[in-house]
Amino acid sequence: MTEVLRRYGPVLTGVILLAVAVWLALLVVLPQLMMIGFSFRPSLPPSKLGGPEDVFTVKNYLTLWTNQIHLAIFLKTIWASALVTATTLAVCYPVAFYLAQVAPKRRLPLLILMLVVPFWINELLRTFSWYIILAFNGPLNALLLGLGIIDEPQRFLGGDGGVIVGMVYVYILFMVFPLYNAIESLDRNQIEAARDLGAGWLRIHRRIVLPHAKPGIAVGCIMTFMLAAGSYAVPALLGGPNSRWFTEIIYNWFFEGGNWNQGAAYAFILLVLCIGFILGAMRLFRVGLADIAK
Amino acid sequence: MTAARLRRLLTGAYLVLFFGYLFLPLGIMAAATFNSSRFPTVTPWMGFTLGWFQALWEDQRMWAALGTSLLVGAGVIALAVPLGLAAALLLDRLHSRARTFLYALMVSPLLTPGVIVGISTLVFWREWFGVSGGLFLTVVAQSSFIAAYAMLLFSARLERFDPALEEAALDLGATHGQVFRRITLPYLMPAILSAALLAFLQSFENYNTTLFVRGLDTTLTVFIATKVRTGLTPAVNALSLVLIALTILGAVVYEILRRREARRQAGSAVALETA
Repeated sequence: MTEVLRRYGPVLTGVILLAVAVWLALLVVLPQLMMIGFSFRPSLPPSKLGGPEDVFTVKNYLTLWTNQIHLAIFLKTIWASALVTATTLAVCYPVAFYLAQVAPKRRLPLLILMLVVPFWINELLRTFSWYIILAFNGPLNALLLGLGIIDEPQRFLGGDGGVIVGMVYVYILFMVFPLYNAIESLDRNQIEAARDLGAGWLRIHRRIVLPHAKPGIAVGCIMTFMLAAGSYAVPALLGGPNSRWFTEIIYNWFFEGGNWNQGAAYAFILLVLCIGFILGAMRLFRVGLADIAK
Repeated sequence: MTAARLRRLLTGAYLVLFFGYLFLPLGIMAAATFNSSRFPTVTPWMGFTLGWFQALWEDQRMWAALGTSLLVGAGVIALAVPLGLAAALLLDRLHSRARTFLYALMVSPLLTPGVIVGISTLVFWREWFGVSGGLFLTVVAQSSFIAAYAMLLFSARLERFDPALEEAALDLGATHGQVFRRITLPYLMPAILSAALLAFLQSFENYNTTLFVRGLDTTLTVFIATKVRTGLTPAVNALSLVLIALTILGAVVYEILRRREARRQAGSAVALETA
Protein backbone atom coordinates (compact mmCIF):
# COMPACT_ATOMS: atom_id res chain seq x y z
CA MET A 1 0.00 0.00 0.00
CA THR A 2 2.81 2.42 0.87
CA GLU A 3 4.29 1.70 -2.52
CA VAL A 4 1.04 2.70 -4.21
CA LEU A 5 1.05 5.96 -2.27
CA ARG A 6 4.70 6.62 -3.04
CA ARG A 7 4.20 6.13 -6.75
CA TYR A 8 0.91 7.88 -7.37
CA GLY A 9 0.78 10.50 -4.59
CA PRO A 10 -2.15 11.04 -2.21
CA VAL A 11 -4.66 12.54 -4.66
CA LEU A 12 -4.26 9.97 -7.41
CA THR A 13 -4.14 7.12 -4.89
CA GLY A 14 -7.42 8.34 -3.43
CA VAL A 15 -9.07 8.43 -6.87
CA ILE A 16 -7.75 4.96 -7.75
CA LEU A 17 -8.93 3.42 -4.48
CA LEU A 18 -12.33 5.07 -4.79
CA ALA A 19 -12.79 3.81 -8.36
CA VAL A 20 -11.77 0.26 -7.45
CA ALA A 21 -14.01 0.32 -4.39
CA VAL A 22 -16.99 1.53 -6.45
CA TRP A 23 -16.41 -1.16 -9.05
CA LEU A 24 -15.90 -4.08 -6.69
CA ALA A 25 -18.43 -3.08 -4.02
CA LEU A 26 -21.29 -1.49 -5.94
CA LEU A 27 -20.99 -3.38 -9.20
CA VAL A 28 -19.68 -6.82 -8.24
CA VAL A 29 -19.81 -7.94 -4.61
CA LEU A 30 -22.86 -6.24 -3.09
CA PRO A 31 -25.18 -7.15 -6.00
CA GLN A 32 -24.14 -10.80 -5.69
CA LEU A 33 -24.66 -10.81 -1.91
CA MET A 34 -27.97 -9.01 -2.33
CA MET A 35 -29.12 -11.60 -4.87
CA ILE A 36 -28.17 -14.44 -2.54
CA GLY A 37 -29.86 -12.81 0.44
CA PHE A 38 -32.92 -12.11 -1.66
CA SER A 39 -33.17 -15.78 -2.64
CA PHE A 40 -33.64 -16.77 1.02
CA ARG A 41 -36.72 -14.57 1.49
CA PRO A 42 -40.32 -15.27 0.51
CA SER A 43 -41.96 -13.27 -2.26
CA LEU A 44 -44.27 -10.82 -0.51
CA PRO A 45 -46.35 -7.82 -1.55
CA PRO A 46 -44.72 -4.49 -0.49
CA SER A 47 -47.15 -4.06 2.41
CA LYS A 48 -45.90 -7.22 4.12
CA LEU A 49 -42.17 -6.54 3.70
CA GLY A 50 -40.47 -6.46 7.09
CA GLY A 51 -43.56 -8.00 8.69
CA PRO A 52 -43.83 -11.32 10.53
CA GLU A 53 -43.96 -13.30 7.27
CA ASP A 54 -40.67 -11.79 6.02
CA VAL A 55 -38.42 -14.51 7.41
CA PHE A 56 -35.40 -16.55 6.36
CA THR A 57 -36.54 -19.53 4.27
CA VAL A 58 -35.10 -22.17 1.96
CA LYS A 59 -38.47 -22.64 0.30
CA ASN A 60 -37.25 -21.12 -2.95
CA TYR A 61 -34.54 -23.77 -3.19
CA LEU A 62 -36.90 -26.63 -2.42
CA THR A 63 -38.99 -25.58 -5.43
CA LEU A 64 -36.35 -27.01 -7.71
CA TRP A 65 -36.66 -30.41 -6.01
CA THR A 66 -40.43 -30.49 -5.97
CA ASN A 67 -40.96 -29.18 -9.51
CA GLN A 68 -40.13 -32.21 -11.67
CA ILE A 69 -40.15 -30.21 -14.92
CA HIS A 70 -37.68 -27.63 -13.61
CA LEU A 71 -35.43 -30.32 -12.18
CA ALA A 72 -35.40 -32.16 -15.51
CA ILE A 73 -34.53 -28.94 -17.34
CA PHE A 74 -31.77 -28.21 -14.83
CA LEU A 75 -30.24 -31.66 -15.30
CA LYS A 76 -30.62 -31.38 -19.08
CA THR A 77 -28.81 -28.03 -18.99
CA ILE A 78 -25.91 -29.71 -17.15
CA TRP A 79 -25.44 -32.70 -19.46
CA ALA A 80 -26.10 -30.71 -22.62
CA SER A 81 -23.52 -28.07 -21.58
CA ALA A 82 -21.04 -30.85 -20.80
CA LEU A 83 -21.72 -32.36 -24.22
CA VAL A 84 -21.19 -28.98 -25.89
CA THR A 85 -17.91 -28.60 -23.99
CA ALA A 86 -16.63 -32.07 -24.91
CA THR A 87 -17.59 -31.62 -28.57
CA THR A 88 -15.88 -28.24 -28.92
CA LEU A 89 -12.74 -29.69 -27.29
CA ALA A 90 -12.68 -32.60 -29.73
CA VAL A 91 -13.27 -30.33 -32.74
CA CYS A 92 -10.74 -27.69 -31.70
CA TYR A 93 -7.82 -29.81 -30.54
CA PRO A 94 -6.57 -30.83 -34.01
CA VAL A 95 -6.90 -27.26 -35.31
CA ALA A 96 -5.13 -25.78 -32.31
CA PHE A 97 -2.34 -28.35 -32.58
CA TYR A 98 -1.90 -27.71 -36.29
CA LEU A 99 -1.78 -23.93 -35.83
CA ALA A 100 0.57 -24.08 -32.85
CA GLN A 101 3.04 -26.73 -33.99
CA VAL A 102 2.67 -27.68 -37.65
CA ALA A 103 1.53 -24.63 -39.66
CA PRO A 104 4.23 -22.85 -41.70
CA LYS A 105 5.20 -19.56 -40.06
CA ARG A 106 4.34 -17.38 -43.05
CA ARG A 107 0.81 -18.78 -43.32
CA LEU A 108 0.08 -18.38 -39.60
CA PRO A 109 -0.96 -14.68 -39.42
CA LEU A 110 -3.68 -15.22 -42.03
CA LEU A 111 -4.98 -18.38 -40.33
CA ILE A 112 -5.10 -16.66 -36.95
CA LEU A 113 -6.90 -13.70 -38.47
CA MET A 114 -9.44 -16.12 -39.96
CA LEU A 115 -10.07 -17.41 -36.44
CA VAL A 116 -10.17 -13.96 -34.84
CA VAL A 117 -12.70 -12.47 -37.23
CA PRO A 118 -15.64 -14.80 -36.43
CA PHE A 119 -14.76 -14.33 -32.77
CA TRP A 120 -15.56 -10.63 -33.04
CA ILE A 121 -18.93 -11.20 -34.66
CA ASN A 122 -21.96 -10.83 -32.42
CA GLU A 123 -22.93 -14.10 -30.71
CA LEU A 124 -26.57 -13.47 -31.55
CA LEU A 125 -25.81 -13.11 -35.25
CA ARG A 126 -23.79 -16.34 -35.26
CA THR A 127 -26.77 -18.04 -33.62
CA PHE A 128 -29.12 -16.49 -36.16
CA SER A 129 -27.08 -17.95 -39.03
CA TRP A 130 -27.91 -21.43 -37.71
CA TYR A 131 -31.56 -20.49 -37.43
CA ILE A 132 -31.53 -20.03 -41.20
CA ILE A 133 -29.60 -23.24 -41.87
CA LEU A 134 -31.84 -25.37 -39.65
CA ALA A 135 -35.15 -23.82 -40.76
CA PHE A 136 -37.87 -26.13 -42.08
CA ASN A 137 -37.46 -24.71 -45.60
CA GLY A 138 -33.76 -24.10 -45.06
CA PRO A 139 -30.63 -25.24 -46.90
CA LEU A 140 -29.91 -28.22 -44.61
CA ASN A 141 -33.26 -29.83 -45.35
CA ALA A 142 -32.84 -29.00 -49.03
CA LEU A 143 -29.39 -30.62 -49.06
CA LEU A 144 -30.46 -33.77 -47.24
CA LEU A 145 -33.54 -34.11 -49.48
CA GLY A 146 -31.41 -33.57 -52.57
CA LEU A 147 -28.96 -36.26 -51.48
CA GLY A 148 -31.85 -38.60 -50.79
CA ILE A 149 -30.89 -39.07 -47.14
CA ILE A 150 -34.34 -38.04 -45.93
CA ASP A 151 -37.72 -38.28 -47.68
CA GLU A 152 -39.39 -35.26 -46.15
CA PRO A 153 -38.18 -32.06 -44.40
CA GLN A 154 -37.30 -32.45 -40.71
CA ARG A 155 -37.93 -30.03 -37.85
CA PHE A 156 -34.44 -29.20 -36.62
CA LEU A 157 -35.48 -26.04 -34.79
CA GLY A 158 -37.31 -26.16 -31.49
CA GLY A 159 -35.49 -29.21 -30.11
CA ASP A 160 -32.43 -29.87 -27.95
CA GLY A 161 -30.43 -31.04 -30.98
CA GLY A 162 -30.59 -27.67 -32.71
CA VAL A 163 -29.67 -25.85 -29.50
CA ILE A 164 -26.61 -28.05 -28.93
CA VAL A 165 -25.43 -27.75 -32.55
CA GLY A 166 -25.83 -23.97 -32.35
CA MET A 167 -23.93 -23.76 -29.06
CA VAL A 168 -20.99 -25.75 -30.41
CA TYR A 169 -20.76 -23.28 -33.29
CA VAL A 170 -21.16 -20.15 -31.17
CA TYR A 171 -18.74 -21.08 -28.36
CA ILE A 172 -16.10 -22.96 -30.35
CA LEU A 173 -13.76 -19.96 -30.46
CA PHE A 174 -13.61 -19.78 -26.68
CA MET A 175 -12.01 -23.22 -26.83
CA VAL A 176 -9.65 -22.84 -29.76
CA PHE A 177 -7.66 -19.83 -28.49
CA PRO A 178 -6.82 -21.16 -25.00
CA LEU A 179 -5.80 -24.48 -26.58
CA TYR A 180 -3.67 -22.74 -29.18
CA ASN A 181 -1.93 -20.57 -26.57
CA ALA A 182 -1.13 -23.58 -24.40
CA ILE A 183 0.16 -25.84 -27.20
CA GLU A 184 2.12 -23.00 -28.78
CA SER A 185 4.42 -22.78 -25.75
CA LEU A 186 5.42 -26.43 -26.14
CA ASP A 187 9.00 -26.76 -27.38
CA ARG A 188 8.86 -28.58 -30.71
CA ASN A 189 12.08 -30.39 -29.82
CA GLN A 190 10.15 -32.41 -27.25
CA ILE A 191 7.94 -33.79 -29.99
CA GLU A 192 10.95 -34.45 -32.22
CA ALA A 193 12.76 -36.23 -29.40
CA ALA A 194 9.77 -38.44 -28.67
CA ARG A 195 9.47 -39.29 -32.34
CA ASP A 196 13.20 -40.10 -32.60
CA LEU A 197 12.83 -42.39 -29.62
CA GLY A 198 10.15 -44.29 -31.49
CA ALA A 199 6.88 -42.95 -30.07
CA GLY A 200 3.88 -43.09 -32.39
CA TRP A 201 1.69 -40.01 -32.91
CA LEU A 202 -0.99 -41.23 -30.53
CA ARG A 203 1.58 -41.67 -27.79
CA ILE A 204 3.18 -38.28 -28.51
CA HIS A 205 -0.17 -36.61 -28.00
CA ARG A 206 -1.09 -38.59 -24.91
CA ARG A 207 2.24 -38.29 -23.14
CA ILE A 208 3.58 -34.92 -24.31
CA VAL A 209 1.13 -32.57 -26.01
CA LEU A 210 -1.96 -33.22 -23.88
CA PRO A 211 -0.18 -32.90 -20.50
CA HIS A 212 1.42 -29.67 -21.68
CA ALA A 213 -1.92 -28.34 -22.92
CA LYS A 214 -3.69 -28.93 -19.59
CA PRO A 215 -4.05 -25.27 -18.58
CA GLY A 216 -5.44 -24.45 -22.01
CA ILE A 217 -7.88 -27.35 -21.87
CA ALA A 218 -9.01 -26.23 -18.42
CA VAL A 219 -9.55 -22.63 -19.52
CA GLY A 220 -11.35 -23.63 -22.70
CA CYS A 221 -13.63 -26.08 -20.89
CA ILE A 222 -14.45 -23.60 -18.12
CA MET A 223 -15.31 -20.81 -20.54
CA THR A 224 -17.34 -23.06 -22.83
CA PHE A 225 -19.27 -24.74 -20.04
CA MET A 226 -20.01 -21.45 -18.31
CA LEU A 227 -21.18 -19.83 -21.54
CA ALA A 228 -23.30 -22.84 -22.52
CA ALA A 229 -24.96 -23.30 -19.13
CA GLY A 230 -25.58 -19.55 -18.87
CA SER A 231 -26.69 -19.04 -22.46
CA TYR A 232 -29.99 -17.38 -23.12
CA ALA A 233 -29.65 -16.30 -26.76
CA VAL A 234 -29.05 -19.74 -28.30
CA PRO A 235 -31.97 -21.63 -26.67
CA ALA A 236 -34.22 -18.60 -27.20
CA LEU A 237 -33.50 -18.54 -30.93
CA LEU A 238 -32.93 -22.19 -31.82
CA GLY A 239 -35.01 -23.92 -29.15
CA GLY A 240 -38.71 -24.08 -28.46
CA PRO A 241 -41.18 -24.80 -25.66
CA ASN A 242 -39.98 -28.41 -25.50
CA SER A 243 -36.30 -27.61 -25.25
CA ARG A 244 -36.24 -24.94 -22.58
CA TRP A 245 -32.93 -24.07 -20.95
CA PHE A 246 -32.49 -23.35 -17.23
CA THR A 247 -31.80 -19.67 -17.97
CA GLU A 248 -35.21 -19.43 -19.63
CA ILE A 249 -36.87 -20.73 -16.45
CA ILE A 250 -35.00 -18.05 -14.48
CA TYR A 251 -36.11 -15.37 -16.94
CA ASN A 252 -39.72 -16.51 -16.60
CA TRP A 253 -39.63 -16.24 -12.80
CA PHE A 254 -38.57 -12.63 -13.17
CA PHE A 255 -40.65 -11.35 -16.03
CA GLU A 256 -43.64 -13.67 -16.29
CA GLY A 257 -44.05 -15.29 -12.87
CA GLY A 258 -43.18 -12.01 -11.15
CA ASN A 259 -41.44 -13.92 -8.35
CA TRP A 260 -38.00 -12.34 -8.10
CA ASN A 261 -37.04 -14.20 -4.93
CA GLN A 262 -37.66 -17.52 -6.64
CA GLY A 263 -35.75 -16.34 -9.72
CA ALA A 264 -32.81 -15.23 -7.54
CA ALA A 265 -32.68 -18.69 -5.93
CA TYR A 266 -32.53 -20.37 -9.35
CA ALA A 267 -29.88 -17.89 -10.48
CA PHE A 268 -27.78 -18.72 -7.43
CA ILE A 269 -28.13 -22.43 -8.16
CA LEU A 270 -26.82 -21.77 -11.68
CA LEU A 271 -23.93 -19.77 -10.23
CA VAL A 272 -23.06 -22.56 -7.80
CA LEU A 273 -23.11 -25.03 -10.69
CA CYS A 274 -20.63 -22.89 -12.64
CA ILE A 275 -18.37 -22.32 -9.64
CA GLY A 276 -18.44 -26.06 -8.96
CA PHE A 277 -17.41 -26.74 -12.55
CA ILE A 278 -14.59 -24.17 -12.35
CA LEU A 279 -13.22 -25.61 -9.10
CA GLY A 280 -13.55 -29.15 -10.44
CA ALA A 281 -11.71 -28.29 -13.64
CA MET A 282 -8.99 -26.38 -11.75
CA ARG A 283 -8.40 -29.35 -9.49
CA LEU A 284 -8.57 -31.90 -12.30
CA PHE A 285 -6.09 -30.03 -14.47
CA ARG A 286 -4.09 -28.55 -11.57
CA VAL A 287 -4.23 -24.92 -12.68
CA GLY A 288 -4.61 -21.67 -10.74
CA LEU A 289 -6.92 -18.70 -11.22
CA ALA A 290 -4.16 -16.60 -12.77
CA ASP A 291 -3.85 -19.17 -15.59
CA ILE A 292 -7.55 -18.89 -16.32
CA ALA A 293 -8.10 -15.17 -16.70
CA LYS A 294 -5.64 -14.25 -19.41
CA MET B 1 6.46 -41.62 -46.86
CA THR B 2 2.92 -42.48 -47.93
CA ALA B 3 1.80 -42.42 -44.31
CA ALA B 4 3.15 -38.89 -43.91
CA ARG B 5 1.43 -37.79 -47.12
CA LEU B 6 -1.83 -39.33 -46.01
CA ARG B 7 -1.58 -37.48 -42.72
CA ARG B 8 -0.91 -34.19 -44.49
CA LEU B 9 -3.91 -34.81 -46.72
CA LEU B 10 -6.15 -35.55 -43.75
CA THR B 11 -4.90 -32.47 -41.89
CA GLY B 12 -5.57 -30.31 -44.93
CA ALA B 13 -9.05 -31.73 -45.35
CA TYR B 14 -9.82 -31.17 -41.68
CA LEU B 15 -8.69 -27.55 -41.86
CA VAL B 16 -10.82 -26.91 -44.94
CA LEU B 17 -13.80 -28.47 -43.16
CA PHE B 18 -13.15 -26.45 -40.00
CA PHE B 19 -12.86 -23.08 -41.67
CA GLY B 20 -15.77 -23.94 -43.95
CA TYR B 21 -17.76 -24.68 -40.81
CA LEU B 22 -16.76 -21.29 -39.37
CA PHE B 23 -17.63 -19.22 -42.42
CA LEU B 24 -20.30 -21.09 -44.39
CA PRO B 25 -23.18 -20.30 -41.98
CA LEU B 26 -22.31 -16.60 -42.13
CA GLY B 27 -22.14 -16.80 -45.92
CA ILE B 28 -25.55 -18.46 -46.13
CA MET B 29 -27.02 -15.85 -43.82
CA ALA B 30 -25.54 -13.09 -45.97
CA ALA B 31 -26.77 -14.69 -49.20
CA ALA B 32 -30.33 -14.89 -47.85
CA THR B 33 -30.35 -11.07 -47.71
CA PHE B 34 -30.44 -10.92 -51.50
CA ASN B 35 -33.17 -13.50 -52.02
CA SER B 36 -36.54 -11.93 -52.71
CA SER B 37 -38.30 -14.60 -50.62
CA ARG B 38 -40.36 -13.20 -47.74
CA PHE B 39 -38.73 -15.58 -45.27
CA PRO B 40 -34.91 -15.47 -45.09
CA THR B 41 -33.60 -18.56 -46.88
CA VAL B 42 -31.42 -19.51 -49.84
CA THR B 43 -33.56 -22.46 -50.91
CA PRO B 44 -35.47 -21.97 -53.14
CA TRP B 45 -33.82 -18.99 -54.80
CA MET B 46 -36.55 -16.54 -55.83
CA GLY B 47 -34.43 -13.95 -57.57
CA PHE B 48 -31.94 -11.25 -56.63
CA THR B 49 -33.10 -8.17 -54.73
CA LEU B 50 -31.69 -5.29 -52.73
CA GLY B 51 -35.15 -4.47 -51.40
CA TRP B 52 -34.45 -5.72 -47.86
CA PHE B 53 -31.83 -3.05 -47.34
CA GLN B 54 -34.47 -0.46 -48.16
CA ALA B 55 -36.96 -2.11 -45.80
CA LEU B 56 -34.30 -2.00 -43.10
CA TRP B 57 -33.49 1.65 -43.80
CA GLU B 58 -37.15 2.60 -43.39
CA ASP B 59 -37.61 0.71 -40.11
CA GLN B 60 -37.93 3.44 -37.47
CA ARG B 61 -37.63 1.01 -34.56
CA MET B 62 -34.30 -0.24 -35.89
CA TRP B 63 -32.95 3.32 -35.82
CA ALA B 64 -34.28 3.82 -32.29
CA ALA B 65 -32.61 0.59 -31.15
CA LEU B 66 -29.35 1.61 -32.82
CA GLY B 67 -29.50 4.93 -30.96
CA THR B 68 -30.01 3.11 -27.67
CA SER B 69 -27.05 0.79 -28.38
CA LEU B 70 -24.77 3.71 -29.21
CA LEU B 71 -25.82 5.53 -26.04
CA VAL B 72 -25.23 2.45 -23.86
CA GLY B 73 -21.90 1.81 -25.60
CA ALA B 74 -20.75 5.37 -24.90
CA GLY B 75 -21.83 5.02 -21.28
CA VAL B 76 -19.94 1.75 -20.89
CA ILE B 77 -16.77 3.28 -22.37
CA ALA B 78 -17.07 6.23 -19.98
CA LEU B 79 -17.55 3.97 -16.93
CA ALA B 80 -15.72 0.69 -17.60
CA VAL B 81 -12.49 2.04 -19.11
CA PRO B 82 -11.61 4.34 -16.14
CA LEU B 83 -12.57 1.59 -13.67
CA GLY B 84 -10.39 -0.92 -15.48
CA LEU B 85 -7.54 1.59 -15.64
CA ALA B 86 -7.72 2.34 -11.90
CA ALA B 87 -7.79 -1.38 -11.12
CA ALA B 88 -4.75 -2.10 -13.29
CA LEU B 89 -2.80 0.81 -11.77
CA LEU B 90 -3.54 -0.50 -8.29
CA LEU B 91 -2.68 -4.13 -9.12
CA ASP B 92 0.58 -3.06 -10.74
CA ARG B 93 1.89 -1.76 -7.39
CA LEU B 94 0.59 -4.51 -5.14
CA HIS B 95 2.30 -7.77 -4.31
CA SER B 96 1.55 -11.13 -2.79
CA ARG B 97 -1.72 -12.06 -1.13
CA ALA B 98 -3.58 -8.77 -1.50
CA ARG B 99 -2.89 -8.76 -5.22
CA THR B 100 -4.03 -12.35 -5.72
CA PHE B 101 -7.23 -11.72 -3.78
CA LEU B 102 -8.10 -8.50 -5.61
CA TYR B 103 -7.24 -10.04 -8.96
CA ALA B 104 -9.55 -13.00 -8.31
CA LEU B 105 -12.35 -10.63 -7.30
CA MET B 106 -11.82 -8.48 -10.40
CA VAL B 107 -11.91 -11.32 -12.92
CA SER B 108 -14.80 -13.11 -11.20
CA PRO B 109 -17.43 -11.26 -13.31
CA LEU B 110 -15.83 -12.81 -16.42
CA LEU B 111 -16.43 -16.30 -15.02
CA THR B 112 -20.01 -15.51 -14.00
CA PRO B 113 -22.79 -16.26 -16.49
CA GLY B 114 -24.10 -13.04 -18.03
CA VAL B 115 -27.67 -13.63 -16.89
CA ILE B 116 -26.50 -13.67 -13.26
CA VAL B 117 -24.63 -10.39 -13.68
CA GLY B 118 -27.88 -8.90 -14.98
CA ILE B 119 -30.07 -10.40 -12.26
CA SER B 120 -27.84 -9.37 -9.35
CA THR B 121 -27.62 -5.81 -10.69
CA LEU B 122 -31.38 -5.63 -11.16
CA VAL B 123 -32.17 -6.88 -7.64
CA PHE B 124 -29.50 -4.77 -5.91
CA TRP B 125 -30.40 -1.44 -7.48
CA ARG B 126 -34.11 -1.89 -6.94
CA GLU B 127 -33.72 -2.90 -3.31
CA TRP B 128 -31.12 -0.31 -2.32
CA PHE B 129 -31.78 2.68 -4.53
CA GLY B 130 -35.24 2.07 -5.98
CA VAL B 131 -33.78 2.16 -9.51
CA SER B 132 -35.52 -0.08 -12.03
CA GLY B 133 -34.32 -1.43 -15.36
CA GLY B 134 -33.36 0.98 -18.12
CA LEU B 135 -30.41 2.67 -19.79
CA PHE B 136 -28.61 3.41 -16.52
CA LEU B 137 -28.78 -0.15 -15.19
CA THR B 138 -27.77 -1.51 -18.59
CA VAL B 139 -24.61 0.59 -18.51
CA VAL B 140 -23.89 -0.40 -14.90
CA ALA B 141 -24.47 -4.13 -15.42
CA GLN B 142 -22.40 -4.29 -18.60
CA SER B 143 -19.59 -2.24 -17.07
CA SER B 144 -19.30 -4.59 -14.10
CA PHE B 145 -17.69 -7.26 -16.32
CA ILE B 146 -16.41 -5.14 -19.20
CA ALA B 147 -14.22 -3.25 -16.69
CA ALA B 148 -12.49 -6.60 -16.11
CA TYR B 149 -11.60 -6.87 -19.81
CA ALA B 150 -10.24 -3.32 -19.68
CA MET B 151 -8.25 -4.16 -16.54
CA LEU B 152 -6.63 -7.16 -18.30
CA LEU B 153 -5.65 -5.01 -21.30
CA PHE B 154 -4.13 -2.30 -19.09
CA SER B 155 -2.32 -4.83 -16.90
CA ALA B 156 -0.74 -6.47 -19.95
CA ARG B 157 0.64 -3.13 -21.08
CA LEU B 158 1.75 -2.03 -17.61
CA GLU B 159 3.76 -5.24 -17.28
CA ARG B 160 6.16 -3.93 -19.91
CA PHE B 161 6.29 -0.42 -18.42
CA ASP B 162 9.61 0.76 -17.05
CA PRO B 163 8.91 2.35 -13.61
CA ALA B 164 12.32 4.05 -13.75
CA LEU B 165 10.75 6.58 -16.12
CA GLU B 166 8.32 7.68 -13.42
CA GLU B 167 10.96 7.66 -10.71
CA ALA B 168 13.29 9.77 -12.82
CA ALA B 169 10.55 12.33 -13.38
CA LEU B 170 9.73 12.40 -9.65
CA ASP B 171 13.41 12.83 -8.78
CA LEU B 172 13.59 15.74 -11.19
CA GLY B 173 10.83 17.47 -9.28
CA ALA B 174 7.69 16.58 -11.22
CA THR B 175 4.50 16.29 -9.20
CA HIS B 176 2.56 13.03 -9.13
CA GLY B 177 -0.13 14.62 -11.29
CA GLN B 178 2.45 15.68 -13.88
CA VAL B 179 4.04 12.24 -13.96
CA PHE B 180 0.63 10.63 -14.51
CA ARG B 181 -0.37 13.08 -17.26
CA ARG B 182 2.96 13.28 -19.06
CA ILE B 183 4.35 9.74 -18.69
CA THR B 184 1.89 7.11 -17.52
CA LEU B 185 -1.15 8.18 -19.55
CA PRO B 186 0.71 8.67 -22.87
CA TYR B 187 2.34 5.27 -22.42
CA LEU B 188 -1.09 3.71 -21.83
CA MET B 189 -2.78 5.53 -24.72
CA PRO B 190 -2.78 2.56 -27.15
CA ALA B 191 -4.28 0.38 -24.42
CA ILE B 192 -6.91 3.03 -23.67
CA LEU B 193 -7.95 3.03 -27.32
CA SER B 194 -8.10 -0.78 -27.51
CA ALA B 195 -10.00 -0.92 -24.22
CA ALA B 196 -12.54 1.61 -25.49
CA LEU B 197 -13.01 -0.31 -28.73
CA LEU B 198 -13.33 -3.64 -26.91
CA ALA B 199 -15.73 -2.14 -24.36
CA PHE B 200 -17.93 -0.74 -27.10
CA LEU B 201 -18.04 -4.01 -29.05
CA GLN B 202 -18.75 -6.05 -25.93
CA SER B 203 -21.52 -3.66 -24.97
CA PHE B 204 -22.97 -3.56 -28.48
CA GLU B 205 -23.24 -7.32 -28.82
CA ASN B 206 -24.33 -8.07 -25.27
CA TYR B 207 -27.62 -9.91 -24.96
CA ASN B 208 -27.73 -12.15 -21.88
CA THR B 209 -27.00 -9.43 -19.32
CA THR B 210 -28.89 -6.66 -21.11
CA LEU B 211 -32.06 -8.74 -21.28
CA PHE B 212 -32.53 -8.54 -17.52
CA VAL B 213 -31.69 -4.89 -16.89
CA ARG B 214 -32.98 -3.14 -20.02
CA GLY B 215 -36.43 -2.28 -18.62
CA LEU B 216 -38.39 -0.96 -21.59
CA ASP B 217 -35.33 0.07 -23.60
CA THR B 218 -34.36 -1.97 -26.64
CA THR B 219 -30.76 -2.23 -27.81
CA LEU B 220 -29.98 -3.32 -31.34
CA THR B 221 -29.05 -6.87 -30.28
CA VAL B 222 -32.30 -7.22 -28.33
CA PHE B 223 -34.13 -5.80 -31.36
CA ILE B 224 -32.63 -8.49 -33.62
CA ALA B 225 -33.54 -11.29 -31.20
CA THR B 226 -37.11 -10.02 -30.95
CA LYS B 227 -37.35 -9.76 -34.73
CA VAL B 228 -36.14 -13.33 -35.22
CA ARG B 229 -38.83 -14.63 -32.90
CA THR B 230 -41.66 -12.36 -34.06
CA GLY B 231 -41.79 -10.96 -37.56
CA LEU B 232 -38.66 -12.34 -39.18
CA THR B 233 -37.95 -11.01 -42.68
CA PRO B 234 -34.68 -10.87 -44.64
CA ALA B 235 -34.38 -7.28 -43.38
CA VAL B 236 -32.86 -8.90 -40.27
CA ASN B 237 -30.29 -10.53 -42.56
CA ALA B 238 -29.57 -7.16 -44.15
CA LEU B 239 -28.92 -5.72 -40.70
CA SER B 240 -26.75 -8.73 -39.77
CA LEU B 241 -24.77 -8.34 -42.98
CA VAL B 242 -24.12 -4.65 -42.31
CA LEU B 243 -23.05 -5.38 -38.71
CA ILE B 244 -20.79 -8.25 -39.78
CA ALA B 245 -19.16 -6.11 -42.47
CA LEU B 246 -18.50 -3.35 -39.92
CA THR B 247 -17.20 -5.89 -37.38
CA ILE B 248 -14.81 -7.49 -39.86
CA LEU B 249 -13.54 -4.07 -40.84
CA GLY B 250 -13.04 -3.18 -37.17
CA ALA B 251 -11.37 -6.52 -36.38
CA VAL B 252 -8.94 -6.23 -39.29
CA VAL B 253 -8.02 -2.64 -38.40
CA TYR B 254 -7.58 -3.64 -34.74
CA GLU B 255 -5.37 -6.60 -35.67
CA ILE B 256 -3.22 -4.52 -38.01
CA LEU B 257 -2.74 -1.84 -35.33
CA ARG B 258 -1.95 -4.49 -32.72
CA ARG B 259 0.64 -6.18 -34.92
CA ARG B 260 2.24 -2.89 -35.90
CA GLU B 261 2.47 -1.97 -32.22
CA ALA B 262 4.00 -5.38 -31.40
CA ARG B 263 6.57 -4.96 -34.19
CA ARG B 264 7.37 -1.43 -33.04
CA GLN B 265 7.98 -2.67 -29.50
CA ALA B 266 10.12 -5.56 -30.69
CA GLY B 267 12.03 -3.06 -32.82
CA SER B 268 12.65 -0.64 -29.95
CA ALA B 269 13.77 -3.53 -27.72
CA VAL B 270 16.37 -4.50 -30.33
CA ALA B 271 17.45 -0.86 -30.66
CA LEU B 272 17.90 -0.63 -26.89
CA GLU B 273 20.01 -3.78 -26.77
CA THR B 274 22.26 -2.70 -29.61
CA ALA B 275 22.62 0.84 -28.25
